[in-house]
Amino acid sequence: MISSEAPLILEISDLHARVEDQVILNGVNLVLRAGEVHALMGRNGSGKSTLAKVLAGHPSYVVTAGSVRFKGEDLLNLTPEERSRIGVFLGFQYPVEIPGVSNLEFLRVATNARRQQSGRSELDTFEFEDFVHERLKVVQMDPAFLERSVNEGFSGGEKKRNEILQMALLEPLISILDETDSGLDIDALRIVASGVNQLATPETATLLITHYQRLLNEIKPDFVHVMSNGRILRTGGSELALKLEQSGYEWVDESFANQEAD
Amino acid sequence: MNSQKPLEELVSQPYKYGFVTDVETEKISKGINEDVVRLISEKKKEPKFLLDFRLRAYRTWLGMTEPNWAKLGYPVIDYQDLIYYAAPKKSQKKQSLDEVDPKLLETFDKLGIPLSEQKRLSNVAVDAVFDSVSIATTYKQKLADHGVVFCSITEAVNEHPELIKKYLGSVVPMNDNFFAGLNSAVFSDGSFVYIPKGVDCPMELSSYFRINSGDTGQFERTLIVAEEGSSVSYLEGCTAPMFDTNTLHAAVVELVALDNASIKYSTVQNWYSGNEKGVGGIYNFVTKRGHCRGIRSKISWSQVETGSAITWKYPSCVLQGNESTGEFYSVALTNNYQQADTGTKMLHVGSNTRSTIVSKGISVGRSTNSYRGLVQMGSKAVGARNYSQCDSMLIGDNASANTYPHIRSQQPEARIEHEASTCRISEEQLFYLQSRGIGFEEAVSMMVSGFCRDVFNQLPMEFAAEADKLLALKLEGSVG
Repeated sequence: MISSEAPLILEISDLHARVEDQVILNGVNLVLRAGEVHALMGRNGSGKSTLAKVLAGHPSYVVTAGSVRFKGEDLLNLTPEERSRIGVFLGFQYPVEIPGVSNLEFLRVATNARRQQSGRSELDTFEFEDFVHERLKVVQMDPAFLERSVNEGFSGGEKKRNEILQMALLEPLISILDETDSGLDIDALRIVASGVNQLATPETATLLITHYQRLLNEIKPDFVHVMSNGRILRTGGSELALKLEQSGYEWVDESFANQEAD
Repeated sequence: MNSQKPLEELVSQPYKYGFVTDVETEKISKGINEDVVRLISEKKKEPKFLLDFRLRAYRTWLGMTEPNWAKLGYPVIDYQDLIYYAAPKKSQKKQSLDEVDPKLLETFDKLGIPLSEQKRLSNVAVDAVFDSVSIATTYKQKLADHGVVFCSITEAVNEHPELIKKYLGSVVPMNDNFFAGLNSAVFSDGSFVYIPKGVDCPMELSSYFRINSGDTGQFERTLIVAEEGSSVSYLEGCTAPMFDTNTLHAAVVELVALDNASIKYSTVQNWYSGNEKGVGGIYNFVTKRGHCRGIRSKISWSQVETGSAITWKYPSCVLQGNESTGEFYSVALTNNYQQADTGTKMLHVGSNTRSTIVSKGISVGRSTNSYRGLVQMGSKAVGARNYSQCDSMLIGDNASANTYPHIRSQQPEARIEHEASTCRISEEQLFYLQSRGIGFEEAVSMMVSGFCRDVFNQLPMEFAAEADKLLALKLEGSVG
């Protein structure tokens, strides 16, 4: 059961942001508490991915108003690397390839940066190997992927598994998964979803950004939010996602317009 | 790209080897003529054959012109305005390190090349060259026990004249090019290595070149001969103080590999590159060539070029012996106003000869970085093969990268493959690494060293770490 007494992880208040001259976020309000799974839905271009990138600190997006607090601390003042180290994780919609940089080495440096910040000892090469092999099981990933360059030549599904592997290694407090389900076949979707479920704990929160109900069949959200024009227009339980599946996003716009008119 | 600016600032690390050692130096007066050539030879107490060699070279050089085909721009060099010989006064070769001027030992200590018994590197023998002379060579005795000769070229001229007569100028003839001609006339010092038949050199050999005087040209000469079935790995490092004038460096390196012999020659070149406005720095015009004379012989060049205002350098292999192998692995990083025109020549003469070229150029700031290469398959090079890969990485919007591969084949059965690519460090790649807790600088240096991995893998272990550090330093911001 979700208790409203659970500690606050993320509080987004009246967040406005733009990229170049285009305003994309238009006053987002959202609160995530420990143990909660939130789904964020909405049309293409409604601002979902922008919200994810702003939370992770992408340099192309400029916050023009509002605030984001992570466990009570101002998140927006931190660099992307600092955000990761304190436990904010963004699973990318399109993970980039980084030729020449060994995946294993990358995962180790990333894991140790996070561990160091949280006061745990850094893992040496051997300790890390054991750790990563244990975590590979979460996403049923072939260890051969560790020997390759970061995401280089990975299929869409392999890239997404590599994202969830990073999540498993970094043990974040909040995981923002940006369309992790896109481009996955049903088997890969199940594996990824089961990874996310295994990693969810009463201390952590998850924000799933998705277009489709099918991911939410695998990962049960406590809250569903619908975004349009850079704002969250509706919030509800998992029934909201089902309703969207039946009625489409226009229904949200219409019902919102009615609400405004009232 | 709004993270571009810090990316460029990142590469502007102050040069940490820029100090000058205050040591009494003997210099001859400026300019070059036959008397100067004679004077250098006399100072070095050389036998007549070498003086004759120098004079022939000088006369040849007078008839040569400076090459201008490289993509380099620099003011005309006045060869009469240079000093051709400078040496620390107390420089006579010492029997023991105790007799070497402590200031010089201290200089090499500061450069990370300790020479004294207690501190020296345990598995690397070092020949330390300061301005025009070699001041010390470590582990000579241990090497001599294996029959390996490792000494300054000046010593070799007197102690092994037969070898010098036989091999000096046999790979890079004095009329090869303008700078090689000049070097042959006035070369000051350098290293000589001789590995006898069947011997695997028991340790890495290394020369460290230090320019200390500002107005003195440096002309070293290195000669390595590997007899049948022998092998050696040789490392070369170099640094210079910061002067706002340009210093000319024109070296010649000759390698000879006989039947089944193998020579691995690695360079980390970190001459002063000039300041961020392009003032000062070394003009580095170097001729390096290896001759695979014997069957199944092998010569491998690896270089990490990060310094010098101007780099003009094409370490090459003449693959004469059947089934011989030539390799060239290069990383060239240019920043600010640095200009590098570097590459290799692989001349396939014998049958079934193989060559591999892997070149990685990284250009930052307003620098120009060019790869220039020649792969030539002679008419007898039946079954010869070459593989070339030339990759460029651009950081910022003002740097340039060029690739000039030349391929000539007179042998229809030879195979030549060439791949080239150009990339840029993208904001998305940086953000990806950053969003996993990896700091901006570390992210850049991870990507740069990832880009260079194929080359670093070829460096001897001690050097690979050194090269990685050097690149990281060059890439580190003001916090470093």
